[in-house]
Amino acid sequence: MKPILEIQNISKKFRIGGDSGGYKTLRDNLFPKDRKKKDKTEFWALQDVSFDVFPGDTIGIIGKNGAGKSTLLKILSRITPPTKGKIICRGRIASLLEVGTGFHGELSGKENIYLNGSILGLKKTEINKKFDEIVDFSGVEKFLDTQLKHYSSGMQLRLAFAVAAHLEPEILIIDEVLAVGDAEFQRKCLGKMEEVGNSGRTIIFVSHNLPQLQSICKQGILLEHGSIKFNGKTNKTITEYLRAKNAEGVIDVINMPKVIKSDLFQISSFRFKKNKDFFEQENIEMIICFIVTGVINELNIGFSLSDLSNNLLIECRSSGTYPSYDVKPGEYEIALQIKPQLKNGVYYLSLGANCSSGNLEYIPHVAEIEILPTLTNIELWKNNSNGLLITNSTWSINQTK
Amino acid sequence: MEYEIKPQKGFSLNFREIIQYSELFYFFTWRDIKVKYKQALLGFLWAILQPLFTMLIFTFFFGNLLGVPSDGIPYPIFAFSGLLMWNVFSSGLSSAGNSMVSNAHIIKKIYFPRLIIPMSSVLVAVFDFFMSFIVFIGLLIYFQMDVDILKMCLFIPASLLLTIICTFGMGSFLAALNVKYRDFRYIIPFMIQSLMFLTPVIYPVSIIKYQWAKYIIAANPMAGAVDLARAAIINKPIQTDLMLISVISAFLFLFIGLFYFRRTEYYFADIA
Repeated sequence: MKPILEIQNISKKFRIGGDSGGYKTLRDNLFPKDRKKKDKTEFWALQDVSFDVFPGDTIGIIGKNGAGKSTLLKILSRITPPTKGKIICRGRIASLLEVGTGFHGELSGKENIYLNGSILGLKKTEINKKFDEIVDFSGVEKFLDTQLKHYSSGMQLRLAFAVAAHLEPEILIIDEVLAVGDAEFQRKCLGKMEEVGNSGRTIIFVSHNLPQLQSICKQGILLEHGSIKFNGKTNKTITEYLRAKNAEGVIDVINMPKVIKSDLFQISSFRFKKNKDFFEQENIEMIICFIVTGVINELNIGFSLSDLSNNLLIECRSSGTYPSYDVKPGEYEIALQIKPQLKNGVYYLSLGANCSSGNLEYIPHVAEIEILPTLTNIELWKNNSNGLLITNSTWSINQTK
Repeated sequence: MEYEIKPQKGFSLNFREIIQYSELFYFFTWRDIKVKYKQALLGFLWAILQPLFTMLIFTFFFGNLLGVPSDGIPYPIFAFSGLLMWNVFSSGLSSAGNSMVSNAHIIKKIYFPRLIIPMSSVLVAVFDFFMSFIVFIGLLIYFQMDVDILKMCLFIPASLLLTIICTFGMGSFLAALNVKYRDFRYIIPFMIQSLMFLTPVIYPVSIIKYQWAKYIIAANPMAGAVDLARAAIINKPIQTDLMLISVISAFLFLFIGLFYFRRTEYYFADIA
């Protein structure tokens, strides 16, 4: 079987720097300020990227910000040409680098379905045929004749995704569009994507959301500094990515913005013992170092986990183990281990300390912790616990009559 | 279906691709027309009122107060026949010139032949033409003009075609330049204003004394287009040499515009 996409030695160069940023003014061209200084700073966003995609493949592309993911998608969707190399395509590509491209606030919902659909490459007859389905999926049928500018952002998003979900190209390219919307709608989108993936369509998907990638893609490509670092099964790629991410090591706490600080006490470093991302109900191990410059009575160190909307979920303090802990000047290291019963998601970790004479230090958002779903069963209904916290429950059901 | 994505060089019109995307072309035009008149109380009526008011003002100042000659036809008809084409040019050029920048958000997110955008901008102006053409017919009847229908059917479409060629050529050139040099946002309105003086909208070419000046004006393709439109209603032979200059110049603009646009369009998404 011939690959549906052959990506051969793709490289992309950008010029960076220069006084006017992106675009030039006429004056710059007519009267170049300094010919010798004419900025020649080159930046290779992609270097020598090659891989093959076969029909039915679902490929997730991961990498840190600036690794070249979006540039690769832009080249694949023909928005920008590569500087070197070539791509052979053997199918119709539809790219979704954004949901609702071309939406116009002055037009009604119905008109926008047609406009957006045709921008995404649907024929008018195709839109006619799928119109009811699209409206159904979006759940905005009541407002079809209302101007889009009166829609809530959530409704706009639903409508946009509904159109996008009904594209039927051979190759679908998606850039992090699912990272928006409420949880219920995200689940709906995810379901639709899985459906598309299972129907034998080829998908290339970029996301920072590892659980999403895991559930949609069979294969993963890890990009680093514009080249491919790893290409293989999705979970292997994710592991590789996490390893690279954690290799960055110790978090420099000293220079972080602090809400409370004192001369006597300073947290000097913080790191996770193994990795920074954990699976549900996995032990989280951390090493915290602090420096004491005077005598402190009843030192009490604490950490907390809060969710993205800053709701405090967990707070633990050392005073449980060390009720009245007096310390002399010196450097100390704490080994801390917790097993939070949290659902998958991203959480913020904050650190603080106080003593008998008052607060010593408080540093919000020292680190982000990503808790991944247990990979074996992603579907929610298979889990025996749902909600913010994972709880083990013991059931006993008896028939009494 | 098999195609290649590779570094872009050179120049090709690739009309086949534009035809493939003809529906999108239609949707863009439809969107622009709809949006243009959407929140206006009088809606499409503005396409009629605008040239009508301009004509009235011109008639008052140039026709009545200044006594500008009008080749033997009533001044309102004279001015309106010129405005008919001039408005296509001025509104088409200004929207086409800004079209790539104002659609930058789409260009950065999805691929389609970029030429569709300035093309549909020009087409919106052509839509306005048909609206004001109705008024023109009304005026002809009101002033009881003796019109040769055959001449009208020949010269008006020819004039419109010349206008479209010229507007599209210059429009796509300016659109591409505007992406690279935002200065053109300010240059375009000024340019249109200056060109109006070089176009015999308010005055007839016949009052120009110097022959060389006539040639300069003829190099402006819109002069030819306006002359053609008037030839439909005035019993006066067309000056072939001047017309030839205008036609050649229009095609020159078209070629330069298309060439420059096609050469630079690949990088629009990077710099827009």
